[in-house]
Amino acid sequence: MSATTAFLTDSTLCIGCKACEVACKEWNDLGEDGLNWTGFSYDNTEAVGHSTWRHVKFVEHPPEIGHGGNSPDVASWTFSSDVCKHCENAGCLEACPTGSIVRTEFGGVYVQPDICNGCSYCVVACPFGVVQRNKEDGRAFKCTFCYDRQKVGLTPACAHACPTESIKFGKLDELRAEAARRLEKLHEEGMQDATLYDPIDTSIGGIHAFFITRGDPRQYNLPPQPEIPTIYAERGWKSAAIGAGVLAVGTLLAFLGDRQ
Amino acid sequence: MTDSALPSRLQVSDPDLSFQRRERRLEAVRLEAIRTGHVEAIGARPAGSPIPIASIETGYYGIHMLKEPQWSWEIPVYFFVGGAAGAAAVIAQFAQMTGSDTEVVGDARTVAAIGAILSPALLVSDLGVPSRFLNMLRVFKVQSPMSVGVYIVSLFGPSAMAAKIVNWARRNGSGTMLKIVEGTAGLFAALTGLGMATYTGVLIGATAIPVWNENIDTLPTHFALSGLAAGVSAIQLMGHEDSRALNLLGIAASAGETLEGVKLELEIKPANVPIKKGLSGAITRIGGVLSGPLPLALRLAAIISKDSRSKNLVRAASAASLAGSLLTRVGWIRAGHLSARDYRLPLQIAAGTSKMKPPEARMAKGQPRPGGLVERSCDRAL
Repeated sequence: MSATTAFLTDSTLCIGCKACEVACKEWNDLGEDGLNWTGFSYDNTEAVGHSTWRHVKFVEHPPEIGHGGNSPDVASWTFSSDVCKHCENAGCLEACPTGSIVRTEFGGVYVQPDICNGCSYCVVACPFGVVQRNKEDGRAFKCTFCYDRQKVGLTPACAHACPTESIKFGKLDELRAEAARRLEKLHEEGMQDATLYDPIDTSIGGIHAFFITRGDPRQYNLPPQPEIPTIYAERGWKSAAIGAGVLAVGTLLAFLGDRQ
Repeated sequence: MTDSALPSRLQVSDPDLSFQRRERRLEAVRLEAIRTGHVEAIGARPAGSPIPIASIETGYYGIHMLKEPQWSWEIPVYFFVGGAAGAAAVIAQFAQMTGSDTEVVGDARTVAAIGAILSPALLVSDLGVPSRFLNMLRVFKVQSPMSVGVYIVSLFGPSAMAAKIVNWARRNGSGTMLKIVEGTAGLFAALTGLGMATYTGVLIGATAIPVWNENIDTLPTHFALSGLAAGVSAIQLMGHEDSRALNLLGIAASAGETLEGVKLELEIKPANVPIKKGLSGAITRIGGVLSGPLPLALRLAAIISKDSRSKNLVRAASAASLAGSLLTRVGWIRAGHLSARDYRLPLQIAAGTSKMKPPEARMAKGQPRPGGLVERSCDRAL
C-alpha cells in the first residue's frame, strides 16, 4: 500500500510562469484550448477544464508595497496554480454511475477513460467545477494526479516543472505539516494575510491538493464551504418517497372511489 | 445606406462582420471613451484603463467556479417522458387491480410502454455512443442517483413493455395464466414507475448546482406530481375524457402543482433567482401555470359543464398539463445552467455587494469596473 500523496501549491512562491500548465499539457498530451484574450486580466486561461488540468490564476490587486512587487505604480500580483483538489470525499467519484472514477493507491481521484461513458453527472457533482466533458470526445476529463508517473515513482509533471517549488509534491501528512510550518513562517515574516485553503471541516473532509494563498481564498475562486453533493441525497430520497407515496395512494384511492 | 450599396470589396456575407456593424462599433467605442474615460472590450485594453481587481466582492473577476451542466436537450425531454410513463404504469396497475375499465388499463399500459421505449433511446442519444449505456450496468452504486436511476430505467423498460404486450395478447379473452403474467409485469412496472416519476428530482438535487440542491426537499415530489399530471393527461387524450378516476387524479395533480407553484413564488432566496427571472424563469413560470392553475380551473369547469363541452375542457386541460410538465423540466434544467454561472453563490457572496457583472455581461454593456483607487493611481503613473 503506497502512501497517500498530495500537492501543496504555495502562491507566495508562484511567479506565474505557467510552466506547470505547459508541462501538464505536454505530458498528458492535452489539446490547446483556444488562444483567446479574456480582456479582464492577464489570465487568458480562465479556469481548469477538460483540456486544462493546471491553471495559473492571476489575482491582481491595487498597488501595494511588498505585495507582489515594490513599485507604487505596478499592480500587485499573486499567482496561484489551480488544479483538481482530489477531495478526501469526492463528489465526482460518488456520483459516477459507471465506476469509471476511482480512488488510486496514491489517494488521488482518477477518471478511467476506457470506462467513462460521458453521462456528465460528475460535472455537476464537483463542488469545485473541475471535471468537464469534452464535447467532441463525449467523455469527461480532469487532472489524473499524473497517475502514470506516480506509478513508476515519478513526481507529477507540474510539480517537476515548477521552477520555484511553488508546487510541492509529497506525502499527504508530511505536506500538511509543511504547510503549517510554511504558514507560520509567512506570518512571522509579516504576511499576516497568508492562509491555508484545505476545507477539512466540511463534508469534503479535506483535499489532497491544498493551497497557501494571500487574503480571502474567494478571490482565487476557492469556495468557503464546499460540500459533497451526496449529503443532499438523503433528503432527496425522502422527498421521492413522499412523492411516490402520494402517487400510489392517490391513484389507488381514485380508482377505488370510482368502483363504488 | 445598406451593405449592398457598398463597394463589393466591403461586402461581407457574414452579417456579424458587416461594414455597418463595425462602423457602429467604432462610434460606440468613441462615445464610451468620452463618457467614462476608458473603454473595455475583449482584447482591447488601452493604456491607463483601470486594471481589474479580484476581490472578496467580485470573486475571481466574476468568473464562475462551477461548471455548467453539459446535458443535451434529450435529458429534460427524458425527465418529462419518463415521469409520464412511470405514472401511467402506476395508473394501469391500480386500474386493473380495482377492476376498472379495461380500455383505460390498455391505454395506460400503452403510454407506459411508449415511454419505456423512448426513455432509454433519449438517454443513449445524449451519451452519443450507444454501447456506452452498458458501462452503467457494470456497477451499482446506491450513493449515486444516476446509478440508481439507470437501474430503475432498465427494469422499468422491459416490465412496462411486457405488460403491454401481454395486455394486447389477451384483448379477446381473459386467460388466467396471461392475466397473472400481465399483473406481475405490471406490478413490477408500477413499482419501478414510482421510481421513474421521482428519481429525476433527486438526480438533479444531489449536485453542486445551488438552485437544484437548495430545492432538493421538494423537487422529487414536484416532479412526481408533474409526471402524474402528464401521465393522466396522455391517457385521457386517448379518449378517456370522462373517466371519473382519471379526472379526479388530474384535479389532484394540478392542485398539487398549483400549491408547489405558490410555494416557489413565496420562497425568496438567492439561489432561486434562475427559476424566477430571465428566460429560464419565464419557462418555469409558464410551465407552472400550464401544469397548475390552468388545468385545475379547466378541470373544475369540466365538472359543472355539459357533456360535450366538458370533454373539450378536459382535453384542453390535458394538453396544458402535458405542455406544462415538459416546460417545467426544461425550465429547471435551464435554471441549473444559470445557477452554475452565478459566481456569487458558491463563494457565499451576497447579491448586491458588488455591481460587477459576470465577464460576458460586462463586455456587452461596457460597464465600468469597481475600484476607483486603481484608476487614479494608474492615471498618475501616466
